[in-house]
Amino acid sequence: MTDLDSIEQYAYDVLVIGAGGAGLRAAVEASACGARVGLVCKSLLGKAHTVMAEGGIAASLANVDERDGWRVHFADTMRGGQYLNSWRMAELHAKEAPERVRELEAWGALFDRTRDGRILQRNFGGHRYPRLAHVGDRTGLEMIRVLQDHGVHQGIDVHMECTVLELVKDGDRVAGAVAYERERGLFRVFSAGAIILATGGIGRAFKITSNSWEYTGDGHGLGYRAGAELIDMEFVQFHPTGMVWPPSVRGLLVTEGVRGEGGVLLNKEGRRFMFDDVPALYRDQTADSPEEGWRYTQGDREARRPPELLTRDHVARCIVREVREGRGSPHGGVFLDIAWINEHLSNSEEHIRRKLPSMYHQFMRLAEIDITKVPMEIGPTTHYAMGGIRVDPDSQMSGVPGLFAAGECAAGLHGANRLGGNSLSDLLVFGKRAGEYAARFANENGGTTIDGSEVRRSIDAALEPFSRDGDGTGAYQLQFELQEKMQNLAGIVRREEELEEALASIANLSERAQSVAVPGNREYNPGWHTALDLPNLLTAAEAVVRAGQARKESRGAHFRDDYPDKDPESGKFNLVVRRGSDGEMVLEERPIVPMPEALQQIIEEQQQ
Amino acid sequence: MSTVDATGGVAAKSSPAAEGHPVATPGQRERSFRIWRGTAEKGEFVEYTTEVSEGMVVLDAVHQIQAEQAGDLAVRWNCKAGKCGSCSAEINGKPRLMCMTRLSEVPDDQPATIAPMRAFPLVRDLVTDVSWNYEVNRRIPAFQPRKPDFEDGTWRMHQFEVDRPQEMRKCIECFLCQDVCHVLRSHGKYDGFIGPAFLVRAAAYELHPLDTADRATYLKDEGGIGYCNITKCCTEVCPEDITITDNAIIPLKERVVDRYYDPIGKLVQLIKRK
Repeated sequence: MTDLDSIEQYAYDVLVIGAGGAGLRAAVEASACGARVGLVCKSLLGKAHTVMAEGGIAASLANVDERDGWRVHFADTMRGGQYLNSWRMAELHAKEAPERVRELEAWGALFDRTRDGRILQRNFGGHRYPRLAHVGDRTGLEMIRVLQDHGVHQGIDVHMECTVLELVKDGDRVAGAVAYERERGLFRVFSAGAIILATGGIGRAFKITSNSWEYTGDGHGLGYRAGAELIDMEFVQFHPTGMVWPPSVRGLLVTEGVRGEGGVLLNKEGRRFMFDDVPALYRDQTADSPEEGWRYTQGDREARRPPELLTRDHVARCIVREVREGRGSPHGGVFLDIAWINEHLSNSEEHIRRKLPSMYHQFMRLAEIDITKVPMEIGPTTHYAMGGIRVDPDSQMSGVPGLFAAGECAAGLHGANRLGGNSLSDLLVFGKRAGEYAARFANENGGTTIDGSEVRRSIDAALEPFSRDGDGTGAYQLQFELQEKMQNLAGIVRREEELEEALASIANLSERAQSVAVPGNREYNPGWHTALDLPNLLTAAEAVVRAGQARKESRGAHFRDDYPDKDPESGKFNLVVRRGSDGEMVLEERPIVPMPEALQQIIEEQQQ
Repeated sequence: MSTVDATGGVAAKSSPAAEGHPVATPGQRERSFRIWRGTAEKGEFVEYTTEVSEGMVVLDAVHQIQAEQAGDLAVRWNCKAGKCGSCSAEINGKPRLMCMTRLSEVPDDQPATIAPMRAFPLVRDLVTDVSWNYEVNRRIPAFQPRKPDFEDGTWRMHQFEVDRPQEMRKCIECFLCQDVCHVLRSHGKYDGFIGPAFLVRAAAYELHPLDTADRATYLKDEGGIGYCNITKCCTEVCPEDITITDNAIIPLKERVVDRYYDPIGKLVQLIKRK
């Protein structure tokens, strides 16, 4: 039995779990509202996955094309999400993103500039006008560094390399969290008036992923067990362009910015196959010829976008089709060619190195490929979870009083498919809102009491793997098995029998996870950490599969081989996943609230 | 490059698969690694042998060893793409990111030695306590923009003005420059010198077109910029190719010198103050 007096305890008004863009922005806001803020992150500060975001922040600043505005951004986001999005979140997001970007500039961000000295914006898939504020192809790094440096001067208490095991409740309300720090393996107990989950995604449930070790669905699992609802879990975004060679970097992200700058997709026959299949919803907005597409990428306002800049779900599926039908590249992908722009630009090599410096560097270092001269080989990679904790659109509070969520681990904004660039803006807009409302909630509702027995239970459970015999499968192997199964059975193309098989595998793995043994001791022991991550990862995976089974149609990122068409009836609900009273996962169709007339009108206007 | 063909698709004149792509040879072979295991009090290099394949980086080998032979081998990593700066270590004595060091660059005639960064206290195995860096960062005088240029709260800056500070903003906080800097590594001046990484950070602010804060006194006193004798070791190890010495440290040194050691400048300042 653990002696609670020996455990480090902290009390905050607002506890933020996760220090990527959303967590940092939330912490900054809560702190600015006068709350005492604790910020807990699994890695060192400033290393979260936001640093990997390359393309930019979508915001209708209208610096490059004055026809842009929040209405267009709203309509683009809804169309990209196949109208399963929370229209209120899409509205708030489109309206508030520009202010959030300007605020970053006031805090020191150095975006690339237009000729007249304003923030430059670039084209991206699914966005009608050049909309992404960016810094070369390292926008996420700039964003996280600005928020980090702004935050550290505000007196936010940061707990680095600290992982939350369980949330603790006080009646219905969330009251605190039990965590361990990696360095010594000691436990920490946090009590808080409000808690914000900003833990990111679930990418580690799949084998080929752009996500790091941290993305084990922690917020999804913590929220689910605390009684929050998960929504849209069937929608996992597979980014069309991940590296495929060499094997060790398979899945590593290649920014959509390559296509935004004029990069084209080719199969092994050299055919620009994206012209072959343009969905009806986008036909009027898509270029008829390569020449028109090129003009679009170079800022010709009369030109329509090339088919490479269709939404990510569609581009990923087209790539899978080319590979399946034998027209793929030598290592099982297709070609992404930016070098070809030398036909249009005499200084193309220098231009590419300046516009896409980290891509140039990444391919040069890791694949010995000079992208200014030869095409890259790319294929889809697990990138982003549209699904997550269901929140109130305005406040970001979940169904559990005092428990908020923001960023990737929250859901609603993106519906069935997220547009590139809408993630960084999501983090800023809803990170700020979560921080603001969490501070207000804590202030209005006062402190909480933590039940020692709950704390003890989760600590004892966390220490169990050390006392087991080491003959079971190790934590790493269980994670590998799950990744293999999810990749093969619940990936880009799904069908009933395979999802059923995936579910059986998850049940089997969940059982074996109960008996995982960990060698070594508590000090900085990644084997132990991997074992402790498993329950959240398995919960997230199960939610993906169950929701995937229940949605018997193909829409956005969810593609069913056995139901290849979009079903209008299925477009009327979101799937909600929650924990039933007996601990089983329960699924529910939740009808979509009708959109107000004014927003409906915007969508109709923007269709022309 | 291409023309629209009869079916509405597009055909290129030549296949891109042709030139320039290394062809994968799936052949695997074994390689050995000497990895530091243990804490500051007690530790040693332990040799591991593992199967490696083409294109692997050092971090892949470390992960494979961790998954198959040493479950509790402590190592930091995140992005595996040279963007987060977590997996810093000393590979055959050279400070490098493990995720960006291909095995093909590391001589295979003897086991590759992988050690933790030496300039920071060891936690365990390949993980060091880098918290000092975060404390330093907190003390650098914060960014302070001038008043907005326009009533809507915005500014105008031109690309040529932001090019220089943008180079500094590429820093991924891997702390390899701190690790190699002899002022810290050999002389242990953690109290009087902030190290190249944070001179880069200070330079990012100082070169920022909107910034109005004055960091000359800070750089001279607490920053200890005078300790740097421009041996450029930091520039050599920077995985982001930031020209640390020439573009960050030397301009900052000039600012400090102008302020404190330039008699004419001093006179001008004296007059200005009156």
